[in-house]
Amino acid sequence: MSAQLIFEKSVSGRRGYLLPPSDVPPCPPADVLPTDALRPSPPPWPEVAEFDVIRHYTRLSQLNFSVDTNFYPLGSCTMKYNPRLNERVAAMPGFAWLHPLQPAAQTQGILELLYELERLLCAITGMGAFTLQPAAGAQGELTGLKIIAAYQRRKRRTRSTILIPDSAHGTNPASAALSGFTVVQLRSGPDGLIDLGELKSKLTKDVAALMLTNPNTLGLFERDIQTIAALLHERDALVYMDGANMNALMGIAKPGEMGVDILQLNLHKTFSTPHGGGGPGAGPVGVAKALEDFLPVPRVRKSGAKFAWESTGRSTIGRVHGFYGNVGVLVRAYTYIRTLGREGLMRASETAIINANYLKVKLQETFPVKYDSSCMHEFVVTLKALKANGVTAMDVAKRLLDYGFYAPTVYFPLIVEEALMIEPTETESRETLDQFAQALISIAHEAKTNPELVRRAPQRMAVDRLDEVKAAREPNLRWTPANDLVHA
Amino acid sequence: MDYAPNTPQQLQEMLRIIGVGSFDELIKSVPEALHRRALPDVPSGLAEAQVIELCEELAARNRSLQETVSFLGAGSYAHLIPTVVDAIASRGEWLTPYTPYQAEASQGTLQAIYEFQTMICELLQMDVANASLYDGASGVGEAAVLALRATERPRILVSEAVHPHAREVIATYLQGAQAVIQQLPTVNGVTDLEALGKAMRDDVACVILQQPNVFGCLEPMAQAGQLAHRSGGLFVASVYPISLGLLQPPGAYGADIAVAEGRCLGSPPALGGPALGLFATTSALLRRMPGRLAGCTVDQAGRRGFTLTLQTREQHIRRERATSNICTNEGWLALRATIFMALLGPQGLKELATLNLEKAHYARERLCTVPWIAPMFDQPFFNEFTLRYEGRKAEAVNKKLAAAGFAGGHPLGEWYPNMAQSSLWCVTERISKSSIDRLVDTLKKI
Amino acid sequence: MQIPKELQYTKTHEWARRDGQEVVVGLTSHAQEELRDVVFVELPKVGKMVKQGEPAAVIESVKAAFDIYAPVSGTISKVNEAVVKSPQLVNQDCYGAGWLFAVTSTAPNDFSKLLSPDDYTKQISAAPH
Repeated sequence: MSAQLIFEKSVSGRRGYLLPPSDVPPCPPADVLPTDALRPSPPPWPEVAEFDVIRHYTRLSQLNFSVDTNFYPLGSCTMKYNPRLNERVAAMPGFAWLHPLQPAAQTQGILELLYELERLLCAITGMGAFTLQPAAGAQGELTGLKIIAAYQRRKRRTRSTILIPDSAHGTNPASAALSGFTVVQLRSGPDGLIDLGELKSKLTKDVAALMLTNPNTLGLFERDIQTIAALLHERDALVYMDGANMNALMGIAKPGEMGVDILQLNLHKTFSTPHGGGGPGAGPVGVAKALEDFLPVPRVRKSGAKFAWESTGRSTIGRVHGFYGNVGVLVRAYTYIRTLGREGLMRASETAIINANYLKVKLQETFPVKYDSSCMHEFVVTLKALKANGVTAMDVAKRLLDYGFYAPTVYFPLIVEEALMIEPTETESRETLDQFAQALISIAHEAKTNPELVRRAPQRMAVDRLDEVKAAREPNLRWTPANDLVHA
Repeated sequence: MDYAPNTPQQLQEMLRIIGVGSFDELIKSVPEALHRRALPDVPSGLAEAQVIELCEELAARNRSLQETVSFLGAGSYAHLIPTVVDAIASRGEWLTPYTPYQAEASQGTLQAIYEFQTMICELLQMDVANASLYDGASGVGEAAVLALRATERPRILVSEAVHPHAREVIATYLQGAQAVIQQLPTVNGVTDLEALGKAMRDDVACVILQQPNVFGCLEPMAQAGQLAHRSGGLFVASVYPISLGLLQPPGAYGADIAVAEGRCLGSPPALGGPALGLFATTSALLRRMPGRLAGCTVDQAGRRGFTLTLQTREQHIRRERATSNICTNEGWLALRATIFMALLGPQGLKELATLNLEKAHYARERLCTVPWIAPMFDQPFFNEFTLRYEGRKAEAVNKKLAAAGFAGGHPLGEWYPNMAQSSLWCVTERISKSSIDRLVDTLKKI
Repeated sequence: MQIPKELQYTKTHEWARRDGQEVVVGLTSHAQEELRDVVFVELPKVGKMVKQGEPAAVIESVKAAFDIYAPVSGTISKVNEAVVKSPQLVNQDCYGAGWLFAVTSTAPNDFSKLLSPDDYTKQISAAPH
């Protein structure tokens, strides 16, 4: 029996929320609005009672896996516990009920918080200045690329190439193209790292920047990062680092000291703000002091004891967000950083790395990792050995759902065949890691003895494998009574 | 306080199992020169009670809209939020899941997105809506990018009465593209249709108007749309969701793309973010749509289910040829909006819009009894309007109002230099008649 | 493995058939098998100029999108709207009803540069795609 849609529960005349009555004189819309501007009838939204809504969306929520209920070893996503303290602080009316255009005199508290957050992010990453405006990692990337372009314009150059390793996250080339750059891919070396020879050969006069992730998406630290940065800087090209994997570096190494010119962070990864089923996130961008002028405006400035928004920035790339960015998310991240403090942040990265290496070792007999060295906070295994039984990485991912674990990232990075990218994070206990390792080992065994079981997975969820071909060939993106797909 | 459960003893044991003597052996790949083991400029951690005290002190230094009667709109609108929205949305099963790539483990989120897409289509009267973008302003930017690529024409026409922040975001998004942004003038508070007609050539990718516009005035959307289409350009409408309880939606006047700031549907203003970009198009533009889409399909047993679809448009597959680079969007706010829309229903939305209309019209009428205040434009409006002050600076007026517990209208001089003595006022259902009356009394004494 | 003898082929798995002034183009059986279920085809506009070896169309499965390269230089003279409505035609009948587009060739030598059925067979058995 399929879960019903809210539309299927509609009963004419039901109301879910009562508005207070008007306390002003009536003003018939037809009296003050031109007839052709009036909507003949309101949108045909469902008519349901408050209790209908509670029951519907509560039951729907129970069809979800979530960090609160399940382990998510998703590589490069850092699915750590989302502290409820963050939620409590973000919901304080003194933060939640502020209008963005209130004069600075009325918002000194939030301005101080944002100023402090910028300072803390500089302290953690070694960068010279931050913009808190980008609403997600991808928007942060766009911001970073716009800065790279602005830098070129200031130098009166038209360099149009960005170098990106083949292990990079998809948003990297998408953002580069959106910004008008041409992407040239760097083939990774046999050790999974950036190959210096390959880099040198592709480092033409037209290269504006290199976009890299460190640790990279294989969980390996780019140990030649300082040499790489020097090669780029020699040609006055910039180094952009995707900070998605910052969870491996807090209190361990600072991007600002590696020669990174532009760093984008994901607060919904490293800094514990919740994923919400697809956002909101926040993607602050840090820059070396020399690039500070390019940052989006407005920014918070402090003079004496007072804080204010300031929009002067000689070479600012402008605005990327309607107002100041995802302030509610920034408040959560600030709360997290103040809760953990310097010792807690370091312990987080340390534990993340120990947890990852522990899990790697527990799995190594079943799923060896291609790259021998110890990993940082994540690692990639290949499941190509299971292909002999007709079982793919996707099949294993689906079977893990039956065991109650959300699947690790599959088929990424693209350079590893039948890849499974695993990142446990520091907030998982040893017991959970042991259970997960056991589940994967069991599935590997099932793949040999009963491959059909794995290929048909999942079998314990509300739905089994969905017909994605049908979904793409016959797009059904909104409900109407006519396109109902419920079968008796 | 930190949230890592494994004790030092457990970690020691794990290191032993890994086969190393110390943690440092695990990070040998980090060059000695880069190795830091301290964060001296970060304060020490705190216990929960200390964090609450710290943050309450910071929050207390803000004057929230619960202590201040605010007449600010200008792109951010404070509306009532039913209790049920938070009660449901704060559940861990809604707050903490990942993006729904593994459909079988995400049927809750995916069905909610499908319901959201449906209700947004119905609100905007468009064929297809996505699962949200970052905010209304970036939605306008993405609409411009879409129009440039779809028409392969280089020129964008944007009214100067579109919110200046949205126009700035378009400019940032279009840096580096071979595009020209041409601004359309206004006359008496609305976009100059004659100027639009003259500017329409076959190199125009789209025309962008806002309804109601930044001054609160209603624009001639249908005529603007016709002009855009006559030369083969697209028509983009940036609209205000609550107003659509009374006003014609974009689909009714021929918009090809409709965008909106949807935070007013169930989420607090929060200094402007997180926000909720609504984005909808005609079916002809489906393949060019940025952002995620949830689609309805069936599973192997024939049961109805939901999955992300048409993903080949997106960054994780198409990479440099994606329709956009967006990955994380505003899923949790979309959920809140879905709950809000379900609670209100058609009647509720219409009543809510009517309340706004009534209170705003009452307020404007009463405000104009103040001798030095007059309406700036003689145009129909919804819940926002522009006032002109005689011989008084808007900022000075607001300072006096702040002392009396009001946040006055937004001074427009910063955005429109020739409107230095004008102010933009918004009245929503949250404002009582007595507050409006007290406001007028206060102003009469200034 | 179907590799019709009367067609010519490209390294990138397109087939080409000369039909008077036009060259009709489609995707080979090997490619559609690798791609699995085709969900969408993005065809070029009629009148568009294309160059040999450069992308002219895009074909999509659920999980991936691939370029279709023009086997010869020229102008797009016809496109097969049927595959837009029913993308599964590319899987079911890639050499017949699943054809993609036709090019009025401007460079007569281009066609002779293509792979013969034997050469194409050798290529796909040598390198697993």
